[in-house]
Amino acid sequence: MKDTLLRTPLYGAAIALNARMVGFSGWEMPVHFAGIGQEHHAVRNDAGMFDISHMGKFSLQGKDVLTQIQQLVPSDLSRLQPGQAQYTVLLNPQGGIVDDLIFYYQGLDGSDQQRWVVIVNAATTQKDKTWMLENLDTSDLTFYDHSLEKALIALQGRKAKEHLQAITSDDLSLLKPFEHLEGTVLGHPAFIARTGYTGEDGFEIMVDPAVGVELWRSLLSTGVVPCGLGARDTLRLEAAMALYGQDINDSISPLEAGLGWLVHLDSKGDFIGRSALERQKQEGVKRRLVGLQMQGRNIARHGYPVLFEGKEVGIVTSGTLAPTVGSAIALAYLPVELAQPGQQVEVSIRGKLYPAIVVKRPFYRAKK
Amino acid sequence: MAFDYPDHLKYTDTHEYTQLEGDVAIVGITAFAIDQLGDIVFLEVPDVGTEVTKGESFGTIESVKAVEDLKSPVTGTVVEANTEMADAPENLANDPYSAGWLIKVKISDPSEIENSLSAEQYRGLVEGS
Repeated sequence: MKDTLLRTPLYGAAIALNARMVGFSGWEMPVHFAGIGQEHHAVRNDAGMFDISHMGKFSLQGKDVLTQIQQLVPSDLSRLQPGQAQYTVLLNPQGGIVDDLIFYYQGLDGSDQQRWVVIVNAATTQKDKTWMLENLDTSDLTFYDHSLEKALIALQGRKAKEHLQAITSDDLSLLKPFEHLEGTVLGHPAFIARTGYTGEDGFEIMVDPAVGVELWRSLLSTGVVPCGLGARDTLRLEAAMALYGQDINDSISPLEAGLGWLVHLDSKGDFIGRSALERQKQEGVKRRLVGLQMQGRNIARHGYPVLFEGKEVGIVTSGTLAPTVGSAIALAYLPVELAQPGQQVEVSIRGKLYPAIVVKRPFYRAKK
Repeated sequence: MAFDYPDHLKYTDTHEYTQLEGDVAIVGITAFAIDQLGDIVFLEVPDVGTEVTKGESFGTIESVKAVEDLKSPVTGTVVEANTEMADAPENLANDPYSAGWLIKVKISDPSEIENSLSAEQYRGLVEGS
């Protein structure tokens, strides 16, 4: 089994730190180093780093990439200036989410070609590539897949900026959230984006594999805590960020998933799934993703039923014991009439019912 | 990573240990199992008087990562349950073999644990894997 799993350039670095490794989306990845709780708090209070080299990394280049990718997403990407990025979703014709991803616009190259970077989930890299190649006119643009050629490190935390600033000559104070630049770290070329998946300030840094190893070691030496997928999950869940395949999928629309803010029906033209979203908006959605706070320590996990007045009304999509929030939290789909903060429901956990209350998302918001 | 597996205990391949004191078996889970689970958040132990059966679930242990059944290594009646540990399961990792016992069972058939693993056999099982 193990020999069929892919390894990132930072596999050796994780093993050297005695990381507990697990199979994840075809990759052998660290689930934790010192422990999920410690890693989680390190990101909230100082800084942690995650190997996310398993994520899919594409670039698109062509005279008019924008017109084509506008067809794939409900967000208006024409708003992006060079150096800006948009978190969005690929949609199928039914308005279901093919994947969630980030489009980074890098501007024009010397021959007036638009340059875009796209970073997608590891589990859906192949699916997205196929989807994009089917729905883009490749006679008009070039599609590169760098997924196996680059290392990607997420440096996240309240003090992430100070740690990174020490090893780059680029002025990070000029980089706002969701902005990115092509600069250097440790003197090597690097794609640096102020993005992340923790609800905390931070950066995602894409470099050549050998530089990735050097960067990891350098950050480790300045006290950045190595973190695994376990803490990545508790952090993103406190920030109520969706996990593809768990909270969102091909049969859930962004309007149901609380992602209505990235649907720009008024400012853009046609895109795949547009008519389905228009219809949903007109008729109103029937279910909505909500935050649940459990009353006890029991974790409501993916797939557990949610009940109201003894009747099954919804389903949990993610849950954990949230280290910063200090209680068990979950994301769940509920009928719109129950999807209001303060609503009391119950979650069936291995045959027993436990009380839960609908709360506002996110569960945690970083202090400015 | 190497863990401690005291010689005076008996072990199962499902990572429980048993310490026999007369006709009472003290049951807990091993340091290896606790390490595998990671940060433990929830522990459910049965009430005193509950009948438990060898090989069957007597409770639940949950970490951030996973939920696992606790399997009883013996058949008998629960005479004491560690509710203090159930209230603060994050402490289990500090002392799995003494403060971290889970239940005490008055057993009906002492021969049930004759086939249990010795510390050395158990160590071979988990460290060989």
